Amino acid sequence: MRALLILWRRELALAWGGGGGPLLACGFFLCLTALVPLAAGGDPAGLRPVAGGIAWLALALSSILSLERLFERDFEDGALDLLALGPVPLELAVVAKAKAQWLAVGGPLAVTAPLAAITLGLPPAQAPLVALSALIGGLGFAFTGALGAALALGSKRGGLLIAVVVLPLFIPPVVFGAGALERAVNGLSPTPALALLAAYVLFAAAVTPFAAAAAIRNAQG
Amino acid sequence: MGIAIRSQLAAAMITVRGLSLSRGERVLFTGLDLALAAGEAVALTGANGAGKTSLLRAIAGFLRPDAGEIAFAEADPAEARARALHWLGHLDGLKGARRAREELAFQAGWLGADPAGVAAAVDVLALQPLLDLEVRKLSAGQRRRLAFARLVAAPRPVWLLDEPFAPLDARWRGALGVIMQAHLDKGGAILAAVHDPLPVPARAVEIGR
Repeated sequence: MRALLILWRRELALAWGGGGGPLLACGFFLCLTALVPLAAGGDPAGLRPVAGGIAWLALALSSILSLERLFERDFEDGALDLLALGPVPLELAVVAKAKAQWLAVGGPLAVTAPLAAITLGLPPAQAPLVALSALIGGLGFAFTGALGAALALGSKRGGLLIAVVVLPLFIPPVVFGAGALERAVNGLSPTPALALLAAYVLFAAAVTPFAAAAAIRNAQG
Repeated sequence: MGIAIRSQLAAAMITVRGLSLSRGERVLFTGLDLALAAGEAVALTGANGAGKTSLLRAIAGFLRPDAGEIAFAEADPAEARARALHWLGHLDGLKGARRAREELAFQAGWLGADPAGVAAAVDVLALQPLLDLEVRKLSAGQRRRLAFARLVAAPRPVWLLDEPFAPLDARWRGALGVIMQAHLDKGGAILAAVHDPLPVPARAVEIGR
């Protein structure tokens, strides 16, 4: 357990140190959502029905940005070999890394999400729900993203490959997250959609560490 | 520390039987037998590309052998690799943007070192003046000393070293020899791929076809 805590702290320090990856993701998120009304033109009321969906799409895209470095930097400098020889199985090291990614990137994005959603025309009253659903979904993005990052290890243009691998897997949380917002806007309870979103997150958390660890071992060979 | 290591030992710490390795289509070697005993240093020699690094990586579990067996004393391989192996390859796993102190604390802590062990390693390898520098500002030899510190800080019985002395000057090669001898005296074992002789008495094993 102590080793996992040490790894987790180091991952947080790496995410925040040198370059400020999380801030970059938040900036990208806001730029993207600010562009949509400009691109859609004149009538802000026309955007309102799809505001939740666009906010979630932008959230998913922003979550991908810093995934490339998640395993690749450790792969390049040999630290991944060290992680494989640690006192805990590689699967748990993947969990620690994904959780750090969630806290370092998903957290700030969840804080930014209400602002982005309101820019798109979502009622300000829904801001807490936007933040909550983005926080839950962010954990799923982090685990699924870790799988994509592990699969792309060692490939040139890894960042692009991650996006292609991961975006289809991001469809369920985007659907459920946007669905929760839509239900709330229409006066329905968002709980069923949030429950589905949480179910996806739990599934991703249970399955992806094994797949990601296998992909890492394969890349090391 | 010495007692802890000793209790983990049987006579042969690593036994390799009938090992065959290949990289892609190229067969490196077949039917390799090798035993590494407690208190023993083995120097792997051989031409470039003979498979020294691949053998070390296979023992560390990073490469899957085509055939053969790698057995560890008293433990199943996964357990042995998680508790008893130190790996020091060409790449030292250090992050350039972080301070030497942080990287040492992470690497040693991840492998199970306590603060006293880290302090001892800093002392033995004279790392004190380097600790507050960013790793990218260190020379290749200084980086290697920093990476080596995790071996001293976290006691693990088997050291797998791949060209450990390449960037080091004569003085530090000698100093590392003293550290390696102390490790052997405590019942540890060293398997090193080298081109130059090891600074400790070692049995040479040539890899090649």
